[in-house]
Parts: sequence; structure tokens; C-alpha cells
Amino acid sequence: MTLLRIPHVATVLVCLAIVTIGATVLAEAGLVSTSFVKTLGKTLCLCLVAVAMDLVWGYTGILSLGHMAFFGIGGYSIGMWLMRARTEGIVATQLERAALPPTPAEIDQAAALQIFGVVGSDEFPWMWAFSDVLFVQLLAVVAVPGLLALVFGWLAFRSRVTGVYLSILTQAGTLALSLWLFQNDSGLRGNNGLSGLQNIPGAEGVPQSTVSLWFLWASAVALGLTYVLAAWVVTDRFGSVLRAIRDDETRVRFLGYNVEAYKLAVFTGTAMLAGIAGALYYPQAGIINPAEIAPIASIYLAVWVAIGGRGRLYGAILGAAAVSLLSSWFTGGGAPDIDLGIYTVLWTDWWLVLLGFGFVAVTLFAPEGIGGLFDRIARPKRVGDLGPDAGALRQEEARGEKV
Amino acid sequence: MLRILLLLVVFFATPLVAQTYGPLQTALQAQPELVERASRRSVGEVLDRLAETGAPNLQAFLEAWTDRRVVLLEAEGTFFIGARDGDTYQLTDIDTGQTSVAPRDAVKELRPNAGVRRVIGTALIEFQLSDPRREARIAALTALERNGSAALLEPLRTSMTDEADAEVAAMKSALERRLTARFDPDPSARITAIQALSDSITIEDRATLSRILASSLVVAQSAPPESDNVARVLTPIDDLPLAQAHALLVDAGLTEAPITREDRDTALIAAIENDTVAGIPVTSLDNEDARWAAYGALTNTAPALEGWGAIPMSDFEGIVIYERYAEPNAEITQAAEIASAAVETRLALHQTADLGLDALSLASIYFLAAVGLAVTFGVMGVINMAHGEFIMIGAYTGYVVQTIIPDYTVSLIVALPLAFVVAGAAGVALERLVIRHLMHRPLETLLATFGISIALQQIAKNIFGTQARPLTSPDWLAGSWVISDAISISWIRVAIFLLALVFLTAIVLVLKRTRLGLEVRAVTQNPGMAASMGIDPGRIGMLTFGLGSGIAGVAGVAIGLYAQVTSEMGAGYIVQSFMTVVVGGVGSVIGTLAGAGLIGGMQKGIEFLNPSNTLAAQTYMILFVIAFIQFRPRGIVPQKGRFAK
Amino acid sequence: MSALLEVSGVTKTFDGFRAIDNLSFSISEPEMRAVIGPNGAGKTTFMDIVTGKTRPDTGTVRWGETSTDLTRLSEARIARLGLGRKFQKPTVFEDQTVRENLRLALKGARGPVPVLFKRRARADQIAALADQVGLSDALNIKSGALSHGQKQWLEIGMLLAQEPRLLLVDEPAAGMTTAEREKTTAMLVEAAKTRAVVVVEHDMEFVRRLNCRVTVLHEGRVLAEGSLDHVTANPQVIDVYLGRDEGDSNA
Repeated sequence: MTLLRIPHVATVLVCLAIVTIGATVLAEAGLVSTSFVKTLGKTLCLCLVAVAMDLVWGYTGILSLGHMAFFGIGGYSIGMWLMRARTEGIVATQLERAALPPTPAEIDQAAALQIFGVVGSDEFPWMWAFSDVLFVQLLAVVAVPGLLALVFGWLAFRSRVTGVYLSILTQAGTLALSLWLFQNDSGLRGNNGLSGLQNIPGAEGVPQSTVSLWFLWASAVALGLTYVLAAWVVTDRFGSVLRAIRDDETRVRFLGYNVEAYKLAVFTGTAMLAGIAGALYYPQAGIINPAEIAPIASIYLAVWVAIGGRGRLYGAILGAAAVSLLSSWFTGGGAPDIDLGIYTVLWTDWWLVLLGFGFVAVTLFAPEGIGGLFDRIARPKRVGDLGPDAGALRQEEARGEKV
Repeated sequence: MLRILLLLVVFFATPLVAQTYGPLQTALQAQPELVERASRRSVGEVLDRLAETGAPNLQAFLEAWTDRRVVLLEAEGTFFIGARDGDTYQLTDIDTGQTSVAPRDAVKELRPNAGVRRVIGTALIEFQLSDPRREARIAALTALERNGSAALLEPLRTSMTDEADAEVAAMKSALERRLTARFDPDPSARITAIQALSDSITIEDRATLSRILASSLVVAQSAPPESDNVARVLTPIDDLPLAQAHALLVDAGLTEAPITREDRDTALIAAIENDTVAGIPVTSLDNEDARWAAYGALTNTAPALEGWGAIPMSDFEGIVIYERYAEPNAEITQAAEIASAAVETRLALHQTADLGLDALSLASIYFLAAVGLAVTFGVMGVINMAHGEFIMIGAYTGYVVQTIIPDYTVSLIVALPLAFVVAGAAGVALERLVIRHLMHRPLETLLATFGISIALQQIAKNIFGTQARPLTSPDWLAGSWVISDAISISWIRVAIFLLALVFLTAIVLVLKRTRLGLEVRAVTQNPGMAASMGIDPGRIGMLTFGLGSGIAGVAGVAIGLYAQVTSEMGAGYIVQSFMTVVVGGVGSVIGTLAGAGLIGGMQKGIEFLNPSNTLAAQTYMILFVIAFIQFRPRGIVPQKGRFAK
Repeated sequence: MSALLEVSGVTKTFDGFRAIDNLSFSISEPEMRAVIGPNGAGKTTFMDIVTGKTRPDTGTVRWGETSTDLTRLSEARIARLGLGRKFQKPTVFEDQTVRENLRLALKGARGPVPVLFKRRARADQIAALADQVGLSDALNIKSGALSHGQKQWLEIGMLLAQEPRLLLVDEPAAGMTTAEREKTTAMLVEAAKTRAVVVVEHDMEFVRRLNCRVTVLHEGRVLAEGSLDHVTANPQVIDVYLGRDEGDSNA
């Protein structure tokens, strides 16, 4: 495998292995809590979706503000199965006590009432038709985001919507999706969302401490595979075409490449990756609701990638891991509050302010992100070396791109 | 001792009253037993006699009678208006109004039943309709509206002749028309009144028509009887659900209800013996087929042709289900149907007009929210994601001003320009500190302004809390402008519309008539060329950013007046604002106006089609915009020229 | 000798401004042709129409033996048919090395699937091309670090890598030193031996050096066509073009 000889691929895989094995050992020894293992596992999933975001934005130049929506759809897809299978299990146990043994229809009905009673319904909506078939829901984890991305991307790329317009359009699409999910009759329990996802049907006897390790490993394996896949995609000519599209898509067209097909392929492929990441994330989070899909989530994703350094796969991982771990440290009350005498700075209140301004500072003063700093330390700048993306990005943007 | 004293009072009081019966008491004393034990039939006689007296206190007495406040002093057999006060009664003479006191035992309260009180009430309404006090007459009309009857038609008509107040006269004649339509003994008079109703869309008139058209579902064998006024014949499945149709048949005793699953399960559970039902083990009853089979075995029956629990279609053979009007006269119902259709059409027109006004006001809000963005985006090519937060800053400025200046009118007058200045200053600061340094990097500008937006929202949350802050409008903006029963618009929205109009005019004038406008347009169309002509794009950028943000601040005050002020309010408008700009065409104020009109109209239109769900309306609206961009990628009013690429 | 490219009766209007007005033009293979004209003559729009960037209002653009109508095809499709375009400003992918730039341009499958799965280095072809445009030493340098002239050559190299049948070259000599111009001229003349080359140029001296047929555009129409001496003798051409200041650059 020549890919493994690429320094950053090897480094990332080794780090991933250290983190996973280390966390497992510490957890088994009782030195770290289950919730920490879950945070770690969730962070790996966020890193995964950040890698997808980097492919689509850092490499292809499409600032999608909708990839967290695909992430959420992945979560909803698996969440439907988790919630239904678990509820049916509970309901079946309850109905055991009835005079007559329950019929499948009665179990369905009771489960539906249990799940949808909160939104005033007592039957499964159409989209739950196959929610009791794990295989179909697993397929949906990639198929639904993929299909949505395909249709949306086809419409947008076909009419040559680029740059900020495309960003706004993806944001609008995301907003539309989250607003739709907020409705009670969307079929996905409105703003209640899906809950109890941390309970894995068929593994009722297994303690959460073990389940959390399973998911940590699954997330690590998924991230590792995705990283290798992404590295494979961006090396060689395909990656070259992507970066060329990012820097000057008109020129790429005149070279005979079907730019729309490439964009569509990347947009759809990364949407599927985001779906997988979401499907691994939400069983660890335990609950998913439409607020998770709101446009702001996708904006944070872009912020992570930008802070990490776009156009570098490891940058995406660095950014996502650093910002999301810092965020849970600050908002979780881990950071000491600062007493200024007349006013006490509570980090739970001021963390977002710090993040917002910090992000502006990164954009202004370190446009290449943490990854850029890494590069500068790793190999000093040579003449003409503009870094993975900076020079060309500026060139492209200097053209004052408009539709 | 006290008792004796009281008796003495009564003793002395009685002859006094007996000597000087007033006209009302005289009329009552003609047949006191009819008053004491009034019945629905006999009370009319008493009322007639009372009416003949023409006494001024008659109305007050009747009111007391319906309110069960009339009492009988048993020893004397005279009637008073009485109010119980502990162990005594405060008595008021019905003619003179003189008051006296009587012990509780000496007094008997009259308790007229509901039927009697209705008759008295009818008589009372006759008086009230001509009451000199205007509000009493209006109250009588309201009562009449609620409990109209044929008997009240005449008194109402009589009272109309000498009604002096024009407004009350109009109310009376409208009510007279409604009561005529419903109760007049002459069918042709009713039809004339019904036809007149077709010109009106008031709720009362519409309710009158629907009362005339009230109908019920009836089942008949073979055909409806001649005497029935049939509205329409219904076919099961097509016109009403099969289960409901069948239930009608069951109610009419024409067939038996099919066995439901619940019935079956109840029967099965009742028959469980030693874990078996009819010899079948209970554990095997975990599916429908097994349960039906057990039920068959239990009851020794076979399923119907269509299967267990099915509704047999054969039950409907030779049966007619139809809607029957409560009104027997077909000519009247026909006239009412025609009138009702005309009213529906008229109502639809009015509702459309109302919807148009709603859409216009929503469009005004979108315009105000978006026009600042259109200017900055058009001139600088900069997507300012913190634009929504400038709206929020404006709204909070309004809130702070209001906490300092208690007078709502003054505070609003102060808040509008102040919001412009505060938000404008914030905009200039953002331009100088951030955006200027990200020239020609639109995606990074977009993200950096996002950072600003996140920070500003959180700062506002830290200062003002998460609780929504009210921005109270002055009294003269309260309430609505009611144009007809279906058309109304709140004065705040009218004010917002006017504000949008003012800003539209102002911006267009600034752009077309001033040096600054000329320079702004030059920079919009060709920044390079403008710079080479000596226009400082930096200065223009700063000024337009200040202008655009200032307008957002004013929009914030306007939005705050009808919606709540929260730290997240701006985020709710940002996407809509961008939609407006993109749909309208970047860099064009007129385009923004068109975009706001289209989006506002669309949203209201979708909401009208699906009124229960404003969230869905927004979803569909966004999908529409995405589709719209497919066909007109440069918006309704595209930028012109070869540089517009 | 049948025409490789046949433009007939093409008109294009921008917001009422007639950029191309009933233009007809044809070129066969191999041939070198220079297109000249003053500012706003429609040279760039002409190239945009031929390469599919702009759709004409009326008229047809026929290509090759099959007379394919190019006005219906996308830019990428036209490029794959064998039509290469070099822009006025050098547009190479500055973030990528000279090798990567050349490999992007090399003739071969262009779809995402073959590009992703077929991974051939094709080092020999790239080396040969680099040699041809004098960039052999710079293969592993990011093209953003090249000099202006080198970028122009790299772009010509990328054009040649595409192995087009028709080359559209927009002001290749702009901003070059005299020595660089000579080298560029030689490259173009060499290329025109086996294929059709259209050079849009402003610089008369450069056109003279190309020594080929010249088409003069004016207000979106062909004003004159023939050898340089022939067209420069045309009084109309002198009037509208040569009589003007040539100093400013093309739009």
C-alpha cells in the first residue's frame, strides 16, 4: 500500500490507534468515564464528517452549508430502526401480560402509539415502512443523503451556481429540511426528535460502558478507512482535477473535463460519508432532533475545517477534534471562570463569543489554519511554495467570482 | 321581642300599601295567583294587563321578574322587588320605589321557570328595544341575535320606526333581515330577505344562511318521503366513509353492526377456560386468523362473504342515504343555497384581498430586512452573514430606548434614528476591521461574518438574557384597520409598509440623485473602472456598509414592534433576506422589492393553502426559490452588461 | 480541402449591444490564421462562441467531417472534440506543479470514474511536452512560481498535450520579452504544421512574424481577409483599425 507511505496518512492512523487503544485500556481500568469515551467516539465521528467537508470544500471549492444535514439524515435513518426495534421490544413485553398473546399488528399499533403519541398520531408514517428492517435503514444511511445530494447538486451545478450563491443555496436547503422536520406531521416526531438511541436492541444486557467502547472502535475504524479513502481520492489525477476545479473551473472545462460530473460525484460521495458519520454519532449521543440539522451546525462544520486548515485532510481532523473537544470543555464547565471583580466571565456564556471572534482572527491572520502552522514547522517555506491551497484560492477569489 | 316588633312594622305597613296600590300592583292583583304560579301559557295574560298600564316602572319590574328578584309578601298578597339580606328582605315597591324591610318568614320568593322567563324576556326585549339608553338597545339586539324567534320579529319591526340613532337603526334593520329570513311566516318575505343576505359577508349573516341550510344525515328505505326537503343523496365510499355510512344504517335499525376486533377479543377473553378458548390453546391466538377461527368456533358462526369483521355491501341495497334540510320549504333552502354560493364567492374575494394585504406587509418586512443586504452585496460583492445581527442590534436599541423613555411614542421616534446610527456604526466597524482585510475572498468573508454573527448573538444573550424582550408599540398603533369582516390589517403592519415605502424612496433617491449614489452605482457596475476614475472604493464600501447596516437596524425596530426581540431574531431573517436578494437580482433595489414581493406573496399563498402549518410554508417557499434560481439564475432584475458574469 | 471549422451567420447581442453581427469564418486543417481587430471588434466573443462559453442568438458553428453543431454542446464536450483554447491572461493552476498541470491536460479519458481508477504516470509524454515548451527543469515546481513567459509556455504545452485539431490562442505575446516572443512564434508555427491554429492578436509585429492569412474583425463583422500586406492596404481597414491608437490592450 503506497498510501500508507504518505506521512500524514501513517501519522493519522497511528494516532487513531493510540487514542482508541489507550481509551479502551483506560476505560477497562476504570480510569476514564463512559461519558468521556462517548465524547471521544462522537468527536471521531465529527472528524469523519469534517474530512468529508474538507473534500468538498477544501479540495473542490464547494462551500457546502448542508453537510451536517446529511449527517443528521444518517442519524435519523439509523435512529428510526433503533427506536422502533427497542419500542417494539418494550411493548411486546408489556403485552405479554394481556389476556391474549399479542398479534404482530397489535405490537405495531402499540409501538406506533408509544412513539408517535407525543405528536398526536397512532400509526407509523410512510417513511417508517421499512424501519423494522435493519438492512434497509442501513442502506438509507447512505442512500438518502446520497440521493438528496444528487438531486440538489444536479440542479445547482447544472445551472452553474457557484461561490457564495451555492453556499447560500445549500444553507437554504438545510433550513428548509430542518423547518420541515420541526413539524409534528413530518413523520419524524417533530421537535421531539428520536430518543433512547443509546440502547442497542439485542444488546440490552450489555452495559453502556461496553457499548460506548464498541462505538468508539466503530467510529475509529470508519474514520481510518475514510481517511485512507480520501487520501487515495485526492492523490493522483482525480485530486488534481478537484483542486483545478476549485481554483478555476472555467479553465478545467476548456481542458475537456465535465466539471459538473466531478462536483456532483464529490458532493454526493461526501454526503454519503456524512450520513455514515451521523449514523455512528447519534447512537452515542442518544438523541437526535431537528435543531441538530439547523444551518448553524453546518456552519460550525465549516468553521472547524477552516480552523484546522482546509485543503489538508489532517487539517480537517485537527480542527474538528480541537474545536469540538474545547467546546465541550468550555461549555461543560471544565474551564475555570474568570473573576474580574465587578464581573465574572462564565465560560459557558462566553465560549461562543470567544469561538466567534477567534474564528474571525483565524480567517484574518492565519487563513491556512492550524494545519498551515504545522506545515510551516514541518517544512520551511520554499520559494514559490504557496502551500496546498492558499495561493490558488486567492487567485480564484481575486477574480471576483459571481454567478 | 324583635319578632313582635317586626310584625308590628308589617302590620302598620300593610294598610298603607292597600290603600294606595300603584298601577302595576293593581294589574298584578287582578289575578295574583297567575303571577304567583306563573305558567308559560298563562303569563301572557298578566303581561298584557301590565302592558296596558303603560307604567314607567314596567321594564324594571319585568327585568326583576326574569332575574327572579320579585317576591310575594304573603300576609298581604302584594308583590315587591326584594333582595335578601341575612334574616330580612329589603323590599322595593314596584310602583313607587319606596323601600321597606320584612322578616324572612313573611316573604315568598317567586321562582318563575325557564319557559316563563323566556316569555317575560320576550316581552322585556320589546321594551328594551325602545329603551332610551343606547347601550340597553344594543344589548337587547345582541340578546335577540342569540335567541331570535318568530315572536320577536314584530316587536323588532315596531321598534325600528322610531329609532333615532342611525347606527342602531342600521343594526336593527340588519337583524330584522336576518330574523325575517329565518322566522317570517310568509315564505316569499323570507326568500326576499335571503336574497338580500347574499350581498353581505358579515359573520352573523353567514351564520343565518347556514342555520337555514342546517341539515342532517338520514337513512330511508327505497326513496326519501315526499315531505322531506332533500339536500342531496349520498353514495357510501364516494361521499362518506363506508364505516360511517354503515353506522347510520345500524343506528336506523336496518342492519346489525359488524363484529369488531374489540368485540371478538372481549368474547374470546370472556371464554378463556384453563388457557383454552373453545378448545383452542390461548398461546396460539397470536395472529388475526387464529383469533377469528377461535371466535368462529366459539360462536359457531361462519364469516360473512367478505370475511370477518367486514362491512357487507349488500346491506346498502335498496337503501338511500341523504342529507335532509331542517327547513321543510324547498324554495327557501334553494334561495339560501344560491345566496350562500354568492356569499362564498364574495367572501373568497375579500379573503384574497386580505391575503394580498398580508402578503404586502410581509413583503415590506422582507424588503426592509433585505434591502441593506442588497446594497452591500451589490456594491461590495460581500455576503454579510452578520446582517441579521444588525437587525437584532436595532431591535435591542429600540428596547433599551424604551426602558429609558417611558412614553412609547417618543421612544419610538427616538429609537428609529438611533437604531440606524447604532447598527450603522456597527456595520462601519465590521467593514473597517474585518471585511476590508478580506477583499476578494468572498467565501472567507462569508465565514468571518459568521464568526461575528455567532459572537454578537451570544453577547446579546449574555447582556439581555434568553428571555424575549417586548417592544411595545404606542397606543395609536394598537389594533387593526378593519375594512370588512374578512379584510383587516393591524396598524403596525400599515406603519411598517409606510416605513418600507419611505426607505424605498429614500434609497432610490440617494442612488439616482446624489453624487454618493452615482459613485455607488459606478462601483457596483465596474469597480476597477470606478477606482481609475478617482472614486475611492474603500470610502464607498464603508459608506454603503454603514447605510445597509443602518437600514437593518431600522428594520429591527419595525420587526420588534410586532414580533419578540430575542438574540436569535436576526438569524431567522438572514436566509429569507438572502433569498429575497438572490431572487430579486443582486445589486438592484427594485429587484429586492420584486424579490420581497414574490417571496412574501408566495409564503402567504402557501400558508393560505395550508393554514395549519407555517413551517411547511417556509419549507416549500425555500424549495420554490431553489427551483426559481434554476430558471432565472440572475434574479428577476438581472444586472446588465458584459461584466455581469 | 474541407473546412475544419465553419462559422456562418452568427449574431450575438448583449443587452442591445451587437457584439457579433452576422459573422462568417472558416478554417481548414492544417492552417495558421491571425484574427485582428480594434477594441470591441468581437474577437473575444467570437472565441467564446466557438468554444461554447457563449451561445449565439442565431447562426451555426460546424465542426469537422461530421459537421457537428458546436452551439449545442458544452465547453467540455467541445474541448474533447479537439478544440483547445488559450486565454489572454495565462491561466495555469498555480497551486499545482508543472507536471500536474501537464498531466491534467494530457489527452485521455476525462470522466470521473476512469480518472479515479486509471492511474498511469505517463512520465515519458510529460517529459517530451516539457521539453517542447522548455520547462524540463521546472517539472516539480508549482506553476505559480513560474515567470509570466513560462506560464504562457506551460499553457501552450497544456494545449499541445490535449492534442487538439484546432488551437485558439488569445494574445500569446502579451507582456513577453522579445526573446520570449520569438520562442512563442516558433512554437505556434511548429504547431500549425499539423493542425489549425487561430491566433487573436493585437500586436501587428507579432502577426507579421507569423506570416499567415489574416482576418480583420470590426464591429462584429469580417472587414477584410487575406495576407497581412493585402489587408493593411485595404482603405477601410486603415480607417477603422490602423488609424487608431494601438497602445491600449484588448478588452
